[in-house]
Amino acid sequence: MEKIIYINNAKQMIDLGERIGKVVEANMVIALDGDLGAGKTTMTKGIAKGLGVEGIVNSPTFVIMKIYEGRLTLYHLDVYRTNDDEFELAEYFEMGGVSIIEWSHYIESLLPKGCLHIFISNLGNDKRELTISWEDSEYDKVVDAICE
Amino acid sequence: MIVLGVETSCDETAVAIVEDGKKILADVVYSQIDIHKLYGGVVPEIASRKHIAKIISVFDEAFKQAGKTASDIDLVAVTTHPGLIGSLLVGINAAYAFSLANSIPCIGVDHIYGHIYANYVEADFKFPTLALVVSGGHTELVLMRDHYDFSVLGETMDDAVGEAYDKVARVMGLPYPGGVMVDNLACEYKREPLYHLPIYDSDDYNFSFSGVKSAVLNLLNKCHMKGEDVNFHALSYAFQDTVTNVLVKKTVKAALEYNVKQVIVAGGVAANKGLRARLSDAIRKLDSVELVFPKFRYCTDNAVMIAVAGYFQKLTSDKQQS
Repeated sequence: MEKIIYINNAKQMIDLGERIGKVVEANMVIALDGDLGAGKTTMTKGIAKGLGVEGIVNSPTFVIMKIYEGRLTLYHLDVYRTNDDEFELAEYFEMGGVSIIEWSHYIESLLPKGCLHIFISNLGNDKRELTISWEDSEYDKVVDAICE
Repeated sequence: MIVLGVETSCDETAVAIVEDGKKILADVVYSQIDIHKLYGGVVPEIASRKHIAKIISVFDEAFKQAGKTASDIDLVAVTTHPGLIGSLLVGINAAYAFSLANSIPCIGVDHIYGHIYANYVEADFKFPTLALVVSGGHTELVLMRDHYDFSVLGETMDDAVGEAYDKVARVMGLPYPGGVMVDNLACEYKREPLYHLPIYDSDDYNFSFSGVKSAVLNLLNKCHMKGEDVNFHALSYAFQDTVTNVLVKKTVKAALEYNVKQVIVAGGVAANKGLRARLSDAIRKLDSVELVFPKFRYCTDNAVMIAVAGYFQKLTSDKQQS
């Protein structure tokens, strides 16, 4: 299934993330892709907010993964520097938390089948196009929250 | 007290032996940078494998350099976080095995505190002291009222400053490690500024470098679409100017607010020539505030800083227990 929505500014991106954070469930995986500066980390900040994570959520690029405690544990990954060989990463996807994976296509084969994919395209200035695709109906309510 | 320091948090395998936090008896660093250059960045899987292959010989080399044996060591200090998990584990296991085999106590050291203590090799700390920690993974202003007493005044809300440098280098198509190249290009540019980049500013001590990174991207995209050439020297200059401005401004503000006697700079970006020049100018204008930069050798990851930090961590905890 696929849906396309548009975002006009960073605040809308955070609000959208927050709606995801409120409804997302244990062991869900959200794969985020899009160029540098597309807003992947911005959306994750919103998701963290929705999960009730306190404090600053910043870029995991350098250490690959940062872990935050909220309503559910948040695993925030940036796999730009990794590849499918890093199969240990997949263990985190089933540990009862929520995994947000930036640059997910680098570990395509490790992603759970049917997980939620969000591709962010930069339309210039603050405008973004979000292409949302998923196969597992578990994610229907997350998509409903996104499109609210 | 003779401390053995072990550091493997990213792409350097390092072991050092330091006496009383000051006298460096051995300082061995094996860098994987040439290997990772091929891939345009650190590959974690490769990094941990290389650490395993090198760690024993780096230990041996350190003891040879120092002319010491295991029985001379009083304490083992090892980086436990933050870093790449697979890489950290190699150092932790090696340090812990060494400490068990020789019945020497072993303590875990925060990598960031290590970077701050890299300055102690250069100069004694004068409290209160303000540390500006700038690296590929961190951007923090840390106030120290005493040894091993850290309060974080502010940090980055998104990208670390070194990360922003590397990402900007990547979009300009510069080879890894790109941050250094951006610094070089910026310093070579001697003409009038050509580009203007916006940056997040605020009254607190937090930083944000994601916006300026996006601004560089947008500028490159626009020029590309219009078929215009981009002056990479001028763009590097604009980026460096914008970033160092905000770093210097907040450091000076904190130095004044907390009446510090000393400002110390720590982390890989402490080697940045533009930041060094700008910060030196600004701190010179303050009354009796001393500015300390680590030696270039100790800006990047090394084990000397872990041994020094470990030494002070031990002294502080001993004092608290007595």
